[in-house]
Amino acid sequence: MEQLVDNLALGFSTALSLKNIGLCFLGCLVGTLIGVLPGVGPIATIAMLLPVTFGIDPTGALIMLAGIYYGAQYGGSTTAILVNIPGEATSVVTTLDGHQMARAGRAGVALGIAAIASFIAGCIATLVIAALGEPLTKLALLFGPAEYFSLMVMGLVFAVVLARGSLPKAIAMIVVGLLLSTVGTDLETGQERLTFGIAELSDGVDFAVLAMGIFGFAEIIRNLENPETRDVVRGKIGRLLPSKDDFKQALAPILRGTGLGAILGILPGNGAVLGPFASYTLEKKITKDPSRFGRGAIEGVAGPEAANNAGAQTAFIPLLTLGIPPNAVMALMVGAMTIHGIIPGPQVVTKNPQLFWGMIASMWVGNLMLLVINLPLVGLWVRLLKVPYSLLYPAILLFCCIGIYSINNSTSDVIFTAFFGLVGYALLKFGYEPAPLLLGFVLGKLMEEKLRQALILSRGSFATFVERPVSGGLLLVAAIMLAIALLPSIRKGRDEVFTE
Amino acid sequence: MKSMLSALGLATVLAASPAWAQSYPAKPITMIVPFAAGGPTDVIARIVADNMSKTLGQQIVVENVAGAGGTTGTTRAAQSAPDGYTIMMGHMGTHGAAPALYPNLKYDPSKDFEPIGMAAGTPILIVAKKNFPAKDLKEFLAKAKADGDKINEAHAGIGSVSHTTCLLLNAQAGLKPTQVPYKGTGPALNDLVSGQVDFMCDQIVNLVEQIKGGNIKAYAIATPERSPALPDVPTTKEAGLPEYQVSAWNAVFAPKGTPKDITAKLNDALGKALADENTRKRLLELGAVLPDKAGQTQDALGTFVAQEVARWTPVIKASGAVAQ
Repeated sequence: MEQLVDNLALGFSTALSLKNIGLCFLGCLVGTLIGVLPGVGPIATIAMLLPVTFGIDPTGALIMLAGIYYGAQYGGSTTAILVNIPGEATSVVTTLDGHQMARAGRAGVALGIAAIASFIAGCIATLVIAALGEPLTKLALLFGPAEYFSLMVMGLVFAVVLARGSLPKAIAMIVVGLLLSTVGTDLETGQERLTFGIAELSDGVDFAVLAMGIFGFAEIIRNLENPETRDVVRGKIGRLLPSKDDFKQALAPILRGTGLGAILGILPGNGAVLGPFASYTLEKKITKDPSRFGRGAIEGVAGPEAANNAGAQTAFIPLLTLGIPPNAVMALMVGAMTIHGIIPGPQVVTKNPQLFWGMIASMWVGNLMLLVINLPLVGLWVRLLKVPYSLLYPAILLFCCIGIYSINNSTSDVIFTAFFGLVGYALLKFGYEPAPLLLGFVLGKLMEEKLRQALILSRGSFATFVERPVSGGLLLVAAIMLAIALLPSIRKGRDEVFTE
Repeated sequence: MKSMLSALGLATVLAASPAWAQSYPAKPITMIVPFAAGGPTDVIARIVADNMSKTLGQQIVVENVAGAGGTTGTTRAAQSAPDGYTIMMGHMGTHGAAPALYPNLKYDPSKDFEPIGMAAGTPILIVAKKNFPAKDLKEFLAKAKADGDKINEAHAGIGSVSHTTCLLLNAQAGLKPTQVPYKGTGPALNDLVSGQVDFMCDQIVNLVEQIKGGNIKAYAIATPERSPALPDVPTTKEAGLPEYQVSAWNAVFAPKGTPKDITAKLNDALGKALADENTRKRLLELGAVLPDKAGQTQDALGTFVAQEVARWTPVIKASGAVAQ
């Protein structure tokens, strides 16, 4: 305990130097502003701004990059709430109730609660990393391919619960999502699958391309079709910040979301992506009136946003304590550290304690900055909704295209997004939900990879998934969850969880 | 009128071209890195480009065009205007192994590029999980050979450096391990550290800290001399597999047809970067091996690329590995 205090003192003395506070603020601000642009997620933002940090010392540079990361993550939620465009997998869930809140004139409340939830989650996650970072690393190592596959199976059950409309339609969407995730080069044989000879598809469909098209572009087409819905958003703009009651309602979901997000964030291979989905599922399951979800329930924003931010932070644990990046953003951070002459590894803690603890302390400082930056910005963002849609939508489209182009510097990605926009519009017209499709897509990529690795390692024996205790346990939980989810529909013939 | 204008335009270009080459570079230069930002090639490219920018007096902007094992970005570079404003950082995969791996490759590493110069090589190491029951390379090879496909080799995906360099090891040492493909080095390394898989081959920069931290063990480094970053790890020659010499090299290329004076200017800037103390230090910290003066010329790189293609083609063809 005493050591922890010493370490944190070292960290704060580093993070609170005037220069580092400035860099942290700058990172958070730039991250937020760029992250708000639809399609420009943390990866693109960090990659773009990496050269800017060349002249700064490693600790300062990493503090700034980490700030950009949280900022971009937070900025992505703003876009999800305001214009229903999830910039990345973790903000898909935020669109569900966040955008509905915005439509109901509660955009300010949604943005405010997202900022507060993120802050609380960030504070707790920082403490978790500081106190338990090293022991928790073992959790990451406990997860082999089989365990990972079983976790993803559990994730698919979340997708079923996520659905707002009919169950068969939701399952159909999950399957389409899984199918879409198989597009691209086969992991094991190198053969191309479902690419129709289009070279640009050889690495599969990019998440942002799919999400932007099926959510963002489709939403714009729908809004243009009926002018009334979008004027509803313009007309009613209520209070800017959450009231005491809102906060009371959101507090428990924030804490639960933080817990779920923090645990899932540590797992290798982007476990953080499951956090918001898990939190949403949990909140929808334990609430008295599940029908509010999908219609602007504040818990549906608070919980997932907390999970998102907690996961974003605990994802640093494997990187900082083990030197192994758990996801693409962290892989980029490895590159950033390497460029600055620090190769991440298990010894960073002992060799560069100032960097290690400084970064952890800066996470807390960064979260505070985000709150300071974002609460005043809420008013500005909400005012954006008052801009006539005829001016707003071309701007959104333009920024989407810039964002998508910047991912791989590829024009074909922009064309694919337009294609998925049309697909998304058709799906909306036929009453299919895009969220389960996206979750199926995200999980599918990981699921297939891990399934095949597990089967290669077990030499083709499926028993490996039940024989390994952690994997077997996860499958059991998935089975129980599915049973609970399906039981009411068997009993009553009609499932109130899934009906709107 | 139209034809007159275009003739006039052509005349202007013709008249201006020597002066235009003189004033090169007059605007920022794009360096395509055919891999995601943050990877070993990207890091080397950014360090080198940073110093070259100072010499050239114009910013070199790194543009990551990832995809299809680096061939997407390399194809784009090959098809770019040969005006010196698009160059690329190629590597062992894109300019060595790719022709054998990708039957439909849209470029030829030798014919479609002007070699600018070698930037840095990163040595390959043979590593295993920390409790693998072999104390040195000889024991490891004997055990791996005896175990046949019971032993698991991890690699970062078809066509990745870890994949092709281990194919060479397997061919030379007569190993037939079961290959477990991952998407990238990170997850593969994670499973090596946690002991899910037995061994892998990869670039020193990805492994050095894990070895120092005792999370994995290194059997040999595939270079003629030991690395200052890991002085205790023997070379393959010392450890009993002298024919296994391989490094993931990174080199700068320009599209075919880029004027000679421009490629010479770029080669000169690259040479200055490799001579710069700070740049050298940053590269050496990564465990990189820098080319000597003779290895820095354009011709040396041209010859080397031809050798590499000739070397990798039979290894990959024999293994049956194909990527589209």
